[in-house]
Amino acid sequence: MAKVTIDGIQIDVPDGTTILNAARMIGPDVAPPTMCYYSKLKTSGGYCRTCLVEVTAGSEKDPRPMPKLVASCRTTVMDGMVVANNTSAKVKDARAGVVEFLLLNHPLDCPVCDQAGECHLQDLSYDHGNYKTRTDFERRTFEKIDIGEKIQLHMTRCILCYRCVKTAEQITDGRVHGVINRGDHAEISTYIEQAIDNDFSGNVIDVCPVGALTDKTFRFKSRVWFTKPVDAHRNCENEKCSGKVVLWYQGEEVLRVTGRKDQWGEVEEFICNTCRFDKKQTSDWTIEGPRKINRHSVISANHYMNMVKPKEFKLNEIKQITE
Amino acid sequence: MARKILLEHIDVPGINTYDVYRSKGGYASVEKALKTMNPQDVVEEVKKSGLRGRGGAGFPTGMKWSFLAKPEGVPSYLVCNADESEPGTFKDRYLMEYLPHLLIEGMITSSYALGANTSYIYIRGEYFYLVRILEKAISEAYANGWLGKNILGTNYSLDLYVHPGAGAYICGEETALLESLEGKRGNPRIKPPFPAIAGLYGCPTVVNNVETIAAVVPIINMTGDEYAKIGIGRSAGTKLISASGHIKKPGVYEIEMGITVEDFIYSDEYCGGILNDKKLKAVVAGGSSVPILPADLILTTANGEKRLMSYESLADGGFATGTMLGSGGFIVMDESTSIVQNLHTFARFYHHESCGQCSPCREGTGWMEKIIHKILDGHGTLEDIDLLWDIQRKIEGNTICPLGDAAAWPVASAIRHFRHEFEEFVKNPSAQREVKYYFHCNNIDTAAAYSSI
Repeated sequence: MAKVTIDGIQIDVPDGTTILNAARMIGPDVAPPTMCYYSKLKTSGGYCRTCLVEVTAGSEKDPRPMPKLVASCRTTVMDGMVVANNTSAKVKDARAGVVEFLLLNHPLDCPVCDQAGECHLQDLSYDHGNYKTRTDFERRTFEKIDIGEKIQLHMTRCILCYRCVKTAEQITDGRVHGVINRGDHAEISTYIEQAIDNDFSGNVIDVCPVGALTDKTFRFKSRVWFTKPVDAHRNCENEKCSGKVVLWYQGEEVLRVTGRKDQWGEVEEFICNTCRFDKKQTSDWTIEGPRKINRHSVISANHYMNMVKPKEFKLNEIKQITE
Repeated sequence: MARKILLEHIDVPGINTYDVYRSKGGYASVEKALKTMNPQDVVEEVKKSGLRGRGGAGFPTGMKWSFLAKPEGVPSYLVCNADESEPGTFKDRYLMEYLPHLLIEGMITSSYALGANTSYIYIRGEYFYLVRILEKAISEAYANGWLGKNILGTNYSLDLYVHPGAGAYICGEETALLESLEGKRGNPRIKPPFPAIAGLYGCPTVVNNVETIAAVVPIINMTGDEYAKIGIGRSAGTKLISASGHIKKPGVYEIEMGITVEDFIYSDEYCGGILNDKKLKAVVAGGSSVPILPADLILTTANGEKRLMSYESLADGGFATGTMLGSGGFIVMDESTSIVQNLHTFARFYHHESCGQCSPCREGTGWMEKIIHKILDGHGTLEDIDLLWDIQRKIEGNTICPLGDAAAWPVASAIRHFRHEFEEFVKNPSAQREVKYYFHCNNIDTAAAYSSI
């Protein structure tokens, strides 16, 4: 066990835990934001640099601070380590810089983007970004590519987190897509725009933190906050598929099916393409009940669960408060 | 005449062939190491010599070697980093072109010290003609029994391969080099684990620069203690400097560390002074990524002492008033040079060469290039200069590999020491534009250039 202090809160964690996971054990207020790290995917993380933290004491034995900010998702804790995340001005400054870099070539087409409402980049820039942009240069753009019948890739929105590449490597059979070119011309692509064709390819949509990979069966059907998420499961014929999903309803109609995401926005269990794209009737599923959504999420704004109507004040009451 | 160690026999005709090289005492270090020393002794000898990595970082080589993990049943590798891609550096090319056997001799001795039975020379794609030179030299070494099974009748065996890259700056970073050598996309790995623990194919690996490996040969021949006496303080030995820019005699020079910078620029033995006897304006002392220094700070330190060609003296004063020896790419600029224009060239290079893995470098390098281009084109504002400073500050130290730092330092130092030039470009763009184009055609004696073709 290693004793680690993050933002003044002490916790004992098993040896080999990363700083990020130790912070997640403490709670969401302390955990650094992540754009590329995905606990279900091996070797993910380290690319986006949003989870940078300051290590003010390396360990019990060697209490010297680390000279640079470190990526918390790829740095393991040492006994006696002291970490500053939200309490460090250096970290906040660097993180604001990273947000600015990520948004530099991002089109900010949230009003027409299907990811809006469940987009990690939206949350990140809301929490850690600056108020205004400092660039007036033309942004990089790409043509949209259909990779397969059901998935569309819109590289313009991509922040190159490599999550879908790791998914393609680790979850699906046979690697069919990766990164081509380099620098800010780098793009996620299948070689010569070939279709991704295997049972688990749909998971790249769930792992994408932005709207670069979207579900073509759901595109432009509805804003996500107008749909009602419901937990459901079925006995899937595919052995690797858990069959545990969220159905997103609008009225009686199932608009889309996704995997279940935990509080860090990560899929709990990967699902197969049959469950995702082909089973869109309520009769295909055993309904478990409404999905609990974090009340800070915009998705819960139009929700039937946990909804508390704000108290309506009368005019004289408002006067009393303001006086 | 200054002491030459690596380039001692460079003027001998045919030194690139095995017979001539052998007759000049070549491969003596292999004989000495394999017959009279055990691997640990060789490492100790290199430790005593105080040799530091010649690729740029200047990390003590002996210490790097002693970090190599040696688990049972797992091979270890030595990889020679011949991906010499730092702009302004061309010493390794010179060494490999004219003294290929020196590198091979160093590879054998070093591989023996590290217990490696397979070693690689990773050479940059642009140096394709050197691959043929090295492969010819390697086949000569095989034919004469210096490579292969049971070298010199001992039970030590070594195979040596040359692997050309595809021409990417990033593949000079050691972990990106290993990825590329494994046949993958040349992206730097996230450290830890360091290559000494898990490097090539997941096995313990040492990656060393060409010049470092070549320097092992004289260290074994003359013993580490003798080598440590050359040079000054912790900067032991000699260093190859690739001198370029506005000087009378550009080229590769072997210097004993500790000579003054002034001597190096102005003495006839080395650069021979500034071209057309103009005034010195600035020097980039160690390849494009190290901070640029104005004339007064490169010749003397902030304390008023003479600056020496050594790791410590060039770094004196930190980044505020100092720079780094780096890889020894010594670029001299005279008074006619536009620093902003020069910076644009560097920024464009780093933008082009960023691998695109981590966001600060991927996006930041392109942003910096665009802003400098805007200033050069006369559309800049004074806020742009501050913005440029802020961007480089947010890239530096926040990236996976040192490419981010390498892109940030030239920008930082140019603004730190030559802010007035940026401001002049902003305030008076048309007058500056003349300087800009003057720079392009200045110093090129067109008639002479054509007659020499």
